[in-house]
Amino acid sequence: MNAANLSNGAIAPLPPALEVRGLSKTFRNATAPVWSNVSFNVPAGQRVAIIGGNGTGKSTLLRCCLRLIEPDAGEIRLHDKALTGTHFRHLRRMRAHVGFVFQKHNLVPRLSVLTNVLHGGMARARGPRYWLQAFARREEREYALHCLEQVKLAHLATRRTDHLSGGQSQRVAIARALMQQPKMIFADEPVASLDPQAGEEVMETFAELTRAHGLTLMFVSHHLEHAMNYADRVLGLRGGKLDLDTPIATESVASLRTLYA
Amino acid sequence: MPDSQASASTLPTRFGVPSPLSALLFVAFLAFFSWSLAGAGISIPSLISGLPNMARIAGEMVPPATDRFLPMLQSVLVTFQMAIVGTAIGLVLSLPLAVLASRNHSPHPLVRSAVRGLISFVRTVPDLAWALFFVVSVGLGPFAGTLTLIVDTIGFCGRFFAEAMEEVDPGPPEAMAAIGAGPVDIIVCATLPMALPSLINTSLFALEKAVRSSVVLGLVGAGGIGAELAVSMETFRFDQASTIILMILVLVIAVESLSSRARAHLIGGRG
Repeated sequence: MNAANLSNGAIAPLPPALEVRGLSKTFRNATAPVWSNVSFNVPAGQRVAIIGGNGTGKSTLLRCCLRLIEPDAGEIRLHDKALTGTHFRHLRRMRAHVGFVFQKHNLVPRLSVLTNVLHGGMARARGPRYWLQAFARREEREYALHCLEQVKLAHLATRRTDHLSGGQSQRVAIARALMQQPKMIFADEPVASLDPQAGEEVMETFAELTRAHGLTLMFVSHHLEHAMNYADRVLGLRGGKLDLDTPIATESVASLRTLYA
Repeated sequence: MPDSQASASTLPTRFGVPSPLSALLFVAFLAFFSWSLAGAGISIPSLISGLPNMARIAGEMVPPATDRFLPMLQSVLVTFQMAIVGTAIGLVLSLPLAVLASRNHSPHPLVRSAVRGLISFVRTVPDLAWALFFVVSVGLGPFAGTLTLIVDTIGFCGRFFAEAMEEVDPGPPEAMAAIGAGPVDIIVCATLPMALPSLINTSLFALEKAVRSSVVLGLVGAGGIGAELAVSMETFRFDQASTIILMILVLVIAVESLSSRARAHLIGGRG
């Protein structure tokens, strides 16, 4: 399958939320690039699944799209603004529009659920007041609670995050991403460490929220069923390049499985 | 063992044969140690002839004197105050230095090396040397002792705080970076809460250490109960010395037990 052709053909003419051109990354001390010359556009509101075998650089690709890992070459535009080459201060403002949900939720243990969610607003409401929920402005605390309501965990606002279950932690991480008032959400294997039931609940939460807020979603997953059920389009990495870029409607679990052969 | 279970492989020897170099080093160490026994002035006759003196001094220590009880109590209080203030100021100064010295938060490797070097230097110079330096600089009294404890705390906490920060899970700080938080926000909101148990532990050890060393600092004129102890020993008032030693014992035990309670309480709290 040719990546460029498919990405051009199947997409409705919406303004792109993310544009990636000729992206390459080689880790220090590695002999071969993780991937090279990766290009794709993600229109606003689209839900994209990134799939591929272990070590094909799915998580690296997601992180490079926010420059959490610096790509070696290529160009990234986020919401029509250049992300590559921009100054760190500007980069921080751009990152604020993208919620990032990690495989291992990455909440700060020992702090309360509400404080963790409040940290999601750090790019717009910053300074010592927002370090702990106790000192934050009422409007921000209320908005944080509203975000928790959306993931149905408002009743756990005062609990410490290290006292939550895996599924609850991941939903708090989603609430933290919502606190950013994002236009886009990146999720790196968000259900990999959850049991099947909790995993389905988290994916459902993503689906509902992205629909309700019109968010763009890019998620990495090893669950081909999740890609089929929750994505509009799938990007597949194999052999150091973007090997698959196709609308989900034309695929099946069996056809996606060939990527792992 | 039954024959059926006998293995075809040969059993490894119980001990490996040391290399000629390690054997040589071991012999060299033994030779140096024997020489050191002479250098350290180990003398059994002196020990035996000193035993009656020890018994006499121990006898004179009982019962402990109570004639200078109040001034001594005041000196113990000053010692404790020096330890509290010295540790607190030292902790506050250690935190930013530790951030600069930590691999994951230092703005530049050169800054990190410079700050690490400074902390190592401060730690390597013994506290008695610092105390003498400050006594000469700012005069006799508790201020010289407090300055010593500040420097001592920086040397101790600067290193362990930096290591505690380096050991935290990099995930939550990465998540904060992805949100668009600034470096200070990331340190305060993610790194410090995660390193908190370790920071609290180190701080309380620093306090215990400060209480113990503030006693010794008095011996060189840096204020507190140590000065009283020195005077009592030099004037052969061993009964007063025993009172002081008991007071120090109570203070150190009290601080250690309070700090372990505080440790359990603080580490369980909500953020």
